[in-house]
Amino acid sequence: MSEVLDKVVEIVCNQLTVNKDDVTPDSSFVEDLGADSLDTVELVMAFEEEFGLEIPDDEAENITTIKSAVDWIQNNS
Amino acid sequence: MANKKVIVTGGNRGIGKGIVLSLLECGYEVLATCRDASNFDFSHENLSVANLDISDDASVEAFRISVEEFEPNILINNAGITKDNLFLRMSEDDWNEVINTNLNGVFKITKLVVKGMLKRRWGRIINISSISGSMGNPGQTNYSASKAGVDAFTRSLAKELGSRNITVNSIAPGFIETDMTEGVLDQEIIDKIPLKRAGKVEDVASLVNFLSSEESNYITGQTLVVDGGLFMK
Ligand SMILES: NC(=O)c1ccc[n+]([C@@H]2O[C@H](COP(=O)([O-])OP(=O)(O)OC[C@H]3O[C@@H](n4cnc5c(N)ncnc54)[C@H](OP(=O)(O)O)[C@@H]3O)[C@@H](O)[C@H]2O)c1
Repeated sequence: MSEVLDKVVEIVCNQLTVNKDDVTPDSSFVEDLGADSLDTVELVMAFEEEFGLEIPDDEAENITTIKSAVDWIQNNS
Repeated sequence: MANKKVIVTGGNRGIGKGIVLSLLECGYEVLATCRDASNFDFSHENLSVANLDISDDASVEAFRISVEEFEPNILINNAGITKDNLFLRMSEDDWNEVINTNLNGVFKITKLVVKGMLKRRWGRIINISSISGSMGNPGQTNYSASKAGVDAFTRSLAKELGSRNITVNSIAPGFIETDMTEGVLDQEIIDKIPLKRAGKVEDVASLVNFLSSEESNYITGQTLVVDGGLFMK
């Protein structure tokens, strides 16, 4: 669990240039971390690359928080 | 060399060939395509060629691997066709073929390159449209619709990608001497062009060079017209 979480947090912090301390599992990319719509697409691309997964577009839409990303990755790898 | 890898669709003849030759001269590395790559009658150490039919999904899918290996920073969507006929005589097949090649083809090839550009935070997308898309031309309802579509696509994509330092522009040529305009260009047309001549492929290629370079950093979402003054808004 924590390994995936750590990676996801790291990717999000890199992409959105936010501080690790400002990120919680419930953080929403757009509402809490200042992502724009293109950032959310790029985040999904980065998750796909890091974890070697393909996230279908209709499911990617629901990946809006740290927790939802971690859950999806764990359920699908 | 940084930011110097270019894909040119339809690079074997006409405007595309002019673009490829001038980019090579400026030191770019070029991956050029056409439907049958054995039709390239020129070569260069920085030129590679590939088969690609932009209207065929299987061919586009096969081209994906070449794109991923090449990692282009710049895409020139040049390939295009005409199937002219008066509207009343235009078949649905001729309509669909032109839209599928000129408009859908641009969508599909652009899809292949944008991810890489996003990651590298730099990119140039240059679409060859036509003045026919903004001024209209009898016999070209299909073609002008496709080219107007390309110009509109250009503006929306420029807005989407601007924050990532990717610019998207289109070039709208007037009458340029190529296979496409053979038998079409006559004195009546030349008389209407303020510069009193048809364009050469080099006239378009020089603008492609400029838009590909760092010199054009602050230009995006535009349709730039190269037509000897034929169409003035
Ligand atoms: N010439 C003009 O006056 C003029 C004016 C305005 C705009 N334009 C635009 O400029 C672009 C180039 O025109 P051109 O005059 O150079 O035309 P051209 O001499 O007829 O050459 C067309 C090029 O597009 C390629 N092509 C056509 N259909 C394709 C397909 N389905 N898949 C892949 N490649 C394909 C051709 O490759 P193949 O050898 O495989 O057929 C060829 O390389 C076009 O988009 C055209 O609409 C031209």
